[in-house]
Amino acid sequence: MGLGLIPLGLALGMLITQTGLPWWCASLFTAVVYAGSFEFMLVGLAAAAAPLATVALTALLVNVRHIFYALSFPLHRVNGRLAKGYSTFALTDEAYALATGAQARSWSGARMLWLQGLLHLYWVGGATAGALLGSLLPGSVAGLDFALTALFTVLALDAVGERRRDLSTPVLALLSALVARLLFPGELLLAAFALFTAALLMQRRARGGSTCHA
Amino acid sequence: MPDAPYLLAATAVSAAVTWALRALPFTALKRLRSSGTVQYLSARMPAGVMVILFVYCLRDLPLTEPRAAAPLTALAVTAGLHLWRRNALLSILAGTTVNVALCGLVFTG
Repeated sequence: MGLGLIPLGLALGMLITQTGLPWWCASLFTAVVYAGSFEFMLVGLAAAAAPLATVALTALLVNVRHIFYALSFPLHRVNGRLAKGYSTFALTDEAYALATGAQARSWSGARMLWLQGLLHLYWVGGATAGALLGSLLPGSVAGLDFALTALFTVLALDAVGERRRDLSTPVLALLSALVARLLFPGELLLAAFALFTAALLMQRRARGGSTCHA
Repeated sequence: MPDAPYLLAATAVSAAVTWALRALPFTALKRLRSSGTVQYLSARMPAGVMVILFVYCLRDLPLTEPRAAAPLTALAVTAGLHLWRRNALLSILAGTTVNVALCGLVFTG
């Protein structure tokens, strides 16, 4: 399953050099930032030399979901400050999915750590190889950036599919995004997240405590 | 193209924000777990965030122009394949390949 990161990393690396960024950005982004979907966005932001505040805000919005991973990720099994530090640093979507899956219930902290390190290595290796490959290719490959759209299409289909009975969440999110696109095209992400969060909070208030405290 | 100091700074900022989001919640686990609002949001946020990011990716789609056909076809391939096979990697690679092929072969110039 972790091997899937290699082709995705290749695509990211190729996109990086094809966008005109130096190849070492692929190694740097994947090793130091290590947040797959955000790194695809970072390519566009960095190539446009977006203000650092915009970069920080986008990282915050795209990765805010990680806050909730702490609720169920078994960090207590990992021993030592350094190991715990790395484990939180490498707490990607894939690591979270693997470590909280049914097969991982008996895994030791050391095993989880190894797995996280291996995923990290696949990612850095794939992206670096892709970047070097991309810089060797003559001309540019148009349309590679679709990998990001495809990634979020898949993640959205999976996430929505997991909550079969809950139609209001995807509908609210979709409406928030479309309203933000129409009214605040320059700050689409920020506006959409604000609208969506407000909508969820209003929904919870409207439903009262009944669903939560029952 | 941006210079190296900018790229390093952008990387540092991104890494700091991302790590903080991953690590800090562990220091407030008790409070997070006991909050009904956090539980409510945590169940719904992930799906909603993905839908919003999906729309974000398509924000500049030129719907009225013929060249929108390439990403739209690729999108249909990605979604259709994913609903059929549920294999994330396959869906992403197939969709991207279709888009690159259409952009390069059909809609050039």
